[in-house]
Amino acid sequence: MFDPVLLRNIGDPDSRLLSTYEAGGGYRALAKVLHEHSPDEVIDLVKASNLRGRGGAGFPTGMKWSFVPKRNDKPKYLCCNADEGEPGTFKDRIIMERDPHQLIEGLAISAYAIGAETAYVYVRGEYVMAIRHLEHAIAEAHEKGYLGRKVLSSDFNFAIHIHCGAGAYICGEETAMLESLEGKRAQPRLKPPFPAVAGLYASPTVINNVETLVCVPHIIMRGPDWFRDIGPDKSPGPKLYCLSGQVRKPGLYELPMGIPLRELVEDYAGGALPGRKIKAVIPGGVSAPLIPERGLDVGMDFDSLAAVGSMLGSAGVIVIDDSTCMVKVATRIIEFFHHESCGKCTPCREGLDWAVKVLHRVEAGQGAPDDLDQLKALCKGIFGNTFCALGDGAAMGLRAALQHFEPEFVAHIEERRCPFH
Amino acid sequence: MTMREKIEEAAVRYPDRRSAIMPALLIAQKEHGHLPGPVLEEVADILGVERIWVYELATFYTHFHTEPIGMFHLQLCDNVSCMLRRSEDLLRHMEDVLGIKKGGTTPDGLFTLSTVECLGACEMAPVMQVGDDYHGDLDVARIDALLNSLRATAGRVVGVEPASIRPSGE
Ligand SMILES: Cc1cc2nc3c(=O)[nH]c(=O)nc-3n(C[C@H](O)[C@H](O)[C@H](O)COP(=O)(O)O)c2cc1C
Ligand code: SF4
Ligand code: FES
Repeated sequence: MFDPVLLRNIGDPDSRLLSTYEAGGGYRALAKVLHEHSPDEVIDLVKASNLRGRGGAGFPTGMKWSFVPKRNDKPKYLCCNADEGEPGTFKDRIIMERDPHQLIEGLAISAYAIGAETAYVYVRGEYVMAIRHLEHAIAEAHEKGYLGRKVLSSDFNFAIHIHCGAGAYICGEETAMLESLEGKRAQPRLKPPFPAVAGLYASPTVINNVETLVCVPHIIMRGPDWFRDIGPDKSPGPKLYCLSGQVRKPGLYELPMGIPLRELVEDYAGGALPGRKIKAVIPGGVSAPLIPERGLDVGMDFDSLAAVGSMLGSAGVIVIDDSTCMVKVATRIIEFFHHESCGKCTPCREGLDWAVKVLHRVEAGQGAPDDLDQLKALCKGIFGNTFCALGDGAAMGLRAALQHFEPEFVAHIEERRCPFH
Repeated sequence: MTMREKIEEAAVRYPDRRSAIMPALLIAQKEHGHLPGPVLEEVADILGVERIWVYELATFYTHFHTEPIGMFHLQLCDNVSCMLRRSEDLLRHMEDVLGIKKGGTTPDGLFTLSTVECLGACEMAPVMQVGDDYHGDLDVARIDALLNSLRATAGRVVGVEPASIRPSGE
């Protein structure tokens, strides 16, 4: 049995309060770090744990922190990515609503490690309850001296500000988030320079996902070996999996990295709905290529999923059963990316517009014989040619649907109707 | 606090006042219900930033409304997880009972009906956001109950300026 760590408090009705968090050992990691470790030692501990970012790309967190230049006159910033816009994903919301102090402690330790005195938490505007609970927790932490000037009588000063998003998925992309924080339209920036060198207000900046940051206090208290002993060597640790769609027990599950997708879906989430069979699963939010049922014996970690042509992404696992039309699913996914395209680069802006039009006519039974070739050509034209990874995510999602479910697309075109209606 | 005071309070969180445009627009929208031109100009004046910067943000982000909307904004998620849990049936039902199409506002100004991208609550799909509140695990019966309770809320607060009403939770 795996004992939850990140979700250990959420069953408690008062889980969001400072008193509950402290009773469970909360803020001890912060005290330990401030009194026993130098910032570099904290970075080394996180490096030794092999923690990889939980926001999608799986970049090693300790390494990211070590890129921040030590000697630099400019203030340094920590940004928490709590934009959570990837369809199928809701893990960060649950952490912020139910255990906001865990995030605050993670932010404080991480800021100390990189030498930042200010953190911005960029939360999507829809998450009103998360924002309220986080605000309340920040006030509580301030009062107790976990935030503010001379935190716990050390030399560390630290402030956290919440910045509300206003409904644009692209704000989750780290450089677009910085633009948005600077009061501009959220459009990605050209890299390099990387944010670690010139990020927010051209200052050294680290951007980390909520779940990444909440792993940090546990690594400090239990040690990097504990973390590395969970799941595969190259992407270890406890992991939050979001289960939704046509499955019996949708919800948030904390299990080791690398757990087989089939076990997650069938044992933990209860399998297909009554009388139905699973047809495909999207393992990591809609930009992660879907996996047909026969491929479910794959480990849920960065490398295993990459090896089968998909990705862990945000670990938003969406289950699709045999009652569902895959053309419809693919169309909805591309509609999403089309709607959210920031418009900065042509392959994404124009390519997705075109793809949506072709998909709509195929779905409606008005597809032309060469529409599949057109869609494939569009994927090719978009993938690898866009300014940011949004375009790639869209192309990968569509390509996987075409690859694994081509007969359904063909049937729509040949029968001139949707076989599912 | 006046709107200006609230915006000033938000602005101190940033080293650059331009960063406060988004928070200021959220404050202004809460105050006025939507963001017509004069309000955008007022925001620019309070922050002392270029007007075009404010216009740019007000048109880029989907939460900002430059046109009026109904007292209750029904925002039904129809992204993949909600679609798989038949959110389209709920959309059709609401269109029928409200007598409007998606994107429309009822003639009494009570409801605006929209579909939105993933609300980040897919575990309770299908989900709808109304004002500050999420409503999950929806079916036709729950939608009917919700619409009735919103109507009752509206009835209780007649005489109050519509835009400042929040259905519950505050
Ligand atoms: C279009 C797009 C949307 C993204 N959305 C999110 C998001 O909502 N949350 C998140 O943490 N990362 C998101 N990312 C990834 C971030 O750019 C970044 O890699 C991540 O926040 C880094 O944090 P980590 O190292 O802790 O994973 C997105 C990336 C792209 C290209
Ligand atoms: S890929 Fe799409 S979202 Fe990314 S910069 Fe280009 S247009 Fe914008
Ligand atoms: S898809 Fe509807 S809340 Fe995520």
